[in-house]
Amino acid sequence: MMRMRTLTQFFGFFFLRTCALFVVLILALLLGHIWQKGSGSLSWEFLSAAPRQGMTAGGIFPAILGTLCVTCIAAVLGMPLGIGCAIYLNEYAADTALTRVIRISIRNLSGVPSIVYGLFGVVLFVQLFKFGTSILSAGCTLGLMTLPWTITASEEALKNVPMAYREGALALGATKWQAIRTNVLPYALGGMITGTILSLSRVAGETAPILFTGAAFFLPELPKSVFDQFMALPYHLYIMSTQHHAVAKVRPLAYGTALVLIGLILALNLAAIILRARLRTMKKE
Amino acid sequence: MHDVKIKVSNFSLSYGDVPAIKNVTMSIKANRITGIIGPSGCGKSTFLRALNRMNDLILGVRTSGTILIDSEDILQKNVDVVHLRRRVGMVFQKSNPFPKTIFENVAYGLRIGGIKDKAYIEQKVEKSLQAAALWDEVKDRLHKSAFELSGGQQQRLCIARALAVEPEILLMDEPASALDPLATLKIEELIHELKKKYTIVIVTHNMQQAARISDFTAFFMLGELIEYDVANIMFTKPRKKITEDYITGRFG
Amino acid sequence: MKHAEAVKKYRARKIEERFFHSLFFINGILVIVVLAGIFAILLKTAAPAFREIDLREFFFTVHWDPAGYEKESYGIIAMLVSTFLVTLGALAIAIPIGIGAAAYLCDVAGPRVREIAKPLIEVLAAIPSVVLGFIGIVVVNPMLAKFFRQPNGLNAVNGSILLAIMALPTIISITEDALVSVPRSFEQASLALGATKWQTIIRVKIPAALSGIIAACMLGMGRAIGETMTVLMATGCAPALPTSYLHAVRTMTATIAIELGEVPYYSTHYYGLFAIGLTLFIITFMINLVADLVLHNFQKMQR
Repeated sequence: MMRMRTLTQFFGFFFLRTCALFVVLILALLLGHIWQKGSGSLSWEFLSAAPRQGMTAGGIFPAILGTLCVTCIAAVLGMPLGIGCAIYLNEYAADTALTRVIRISIRNLSGVPSIVYGLFGVVLFVQLFKFGTSILSAGCTLGLMTLPWTITASEEALKNVPMAYREGALALGATKWQAIRTNVLPYALGGMITGTILSLSRVAGETAPILFTGAAFFLPELPKSVFDQFMALPYHLYIMSTQHHAVAKVRPLAYGTALVLIGLILALNLAAIILRARLRTMKKE
Repeated sequence: MHDVKIKVSNFSLSYGDVPAIKNVTMSIKANRITGIIGPSGCGKSTFLRALNRMNDLILGVRTSGTILIDSEDILQKNVDVVHLRRRVGMVFQKSNPFPKTIFENVAYGLRIGGIKDKAYIEQKVEKSLQAAALWDEVKDRLHKSAFELSGGQQQRLCIARALAVEPEILLMDEPASALDPLATLKIEELIHELKKKYTIVIVTHNMQQAARISDFTAFFMLGELIEYDVANIMFTKPRKKITEDYITGRFG
Repeated sequence: MKHAEAVKKYRARKIEERFFHSLFFINGILVIVVLAGIFAILLKTAAPAFREIDLREFFFTVHWDPAGYEKESYGIIAMLVSTFLVTLGALAIAIPIGIGAAAYLCDVAGPRVREIAKPLIEVLAAIPSVVLGFIGIVVVNPMLAKFFRQPNGLNAVNGSILLAIMALPTIISITEDALVSVPRSFEQASLALGATKWQTIIRVKIPAALSGIIAACMLGMGRAIGETMTVLMATGCAPALPTSYLHAVRTMTATIAIELGEVPYYSTHYYGLFAIGLTLFIITFMINLVADLVLHNFQKMQR
């Protein structure tokens, strides 16, 4: 009886461990495969030149630039709005029905399919605001997508600021906004930036929302303003792996593109993680 | 000389439907130390926080009655709470220096008050630190983090910070409860010194401390003011049995 | 004179306070506006479609062929079935593995393993869907073709495998949260009665955390249904009604992604794609809302 039970436990734990190991293994295989096949394509030219000869040679510089541009616009739109909403929820809002609706909306926004954001962007930014299919439209669409994550992370950061900082400032005759601006935000900013970087890393790799809002198959020239179309890394990878007229021939380029995209996203994640660790040790001191 | 500074009449306060302070009437004298004692949860901290409207931060707080400071009712809706809190400073139970330098902590109240004159701020910071008996200990490291100070020093820094905005009244919520005996003694000496210029209301859990430093003592229980008298009388021959039971340590 | 100045300052402060309060209030309301705006815009743009397409045709006929040679047809059954086929396949893979991995991290793994594994799962969540779609083409595709002896492996199974990978991080992290929040006393009571750790996990902790786990699976499902790029790239995109997991399928998301770029604005076809988007939005919204309520109740109960 006893033996039976220990045996069951042994196999049970073995199963659980296998599950966890499996997940980690998938990640390792995935990254390993792309590194193995993609690192060969990496070169200075690949990173700094435009595609040539019908995208069968050359580099992916316009795509890198385009992705950086839309990510920046997403940050410019998403960060202040996200932080502002978090400030409202954590500093001003009472626990009312309205507040609860806001919270439900935030959680629901994070579950809206990315392609639906794309449709929304087409109607709102491309058509209604007349931004056209452009960097601006795509950036704004991605910016809205970051909101739920930026808000949640910013609120977390605000919660970590001790109540005593607010009370102390108010007791000295600070107005509420003064207390927030001088004695709360400075200490929450690090956490807010970390959260924003993480949410940017998520949208930087999104394809569906930019498909119809501004990403282009191929552009002979770099965009000159935010009202121009752009090439983007994720869209470029999609094209190179499915839409290109010589898919098999450009496979190495596709691997290279995938590697650069993953590299960019992991770099953003790493930056956020380092920043978070820094902040933690700073707080301890 | 012994003017009444704060006059509380029929003051009640409730959190939603839960009453926390019931019908308190008392006069607090200027340039005297008024100690407030009572078992935990008796409403003494709530009462203290009513005097500079810090309870406004808590939702669903309702008050009735009046609290006059220099004959102005501070419970009125249209009272300028920012101005009120500059007149009525507060020191908290747990010292709460801001994560800034020592200098910036003391200068904080001045800066948010819109003062930009650098020389004035410097002079004011020095004076406040001196008044809080901290200047000699920190004058060489004004621009170091306030967190480098010891617990007692941090609490005196918070007092200096409150003094810098030139209040008339100082509210202290168990200012020495987290400190060791030596640091406590220093704070008590300081409080004694401060009463020359300020009206002080201090909440304390510690009977001996109340007896040592207060001129008048108020005993609160379950939100009611049970007894209020000159400290000497209160601690030697209280009028009520329950007060005696409390100060002799039978409960609380 | 001095008094007048104080009053003036007071008024200015009051206006400033009110300004910032309103500013942040508007900012807070914004998320509701965005969510409602998404719904409103989808509804408004999809509305003309329902004027031109019969509702019964839209919801109850199989084929979607707006450019049909003989007759245009606007039925979403085939893509609806495809979407659920791929999603259910994904859940069948992801739920057992996800719960297993979460239980391992929560109850079996040491703190050091947890500290390494958790960021790794975050990294997995950060892998862009287009990269997974690419992996579906270059890795999973030949593997499946060989295994099932098919000419290629771009089919529903492929999509299910990739979506499972995408849903795993969501399922693992929320399930783990649910397991962690089961009161210690339950566990201790079970162990004190002589149960093994394994019995405690299976018979006490998982049942106690069940509604949280269900919510986790639903959120994973919502994520899978709404995913576009992986299914677009890896499932072969045949618009026929699938009858087996080895068929190529075309989901709702993939249909929008493929066709929206090619249709002229303000045509019936264009409106029809928004109608698909609206349907998709409502489905995921419902799933997320229910999951949210379940999770909320669960968290309340734990407190």
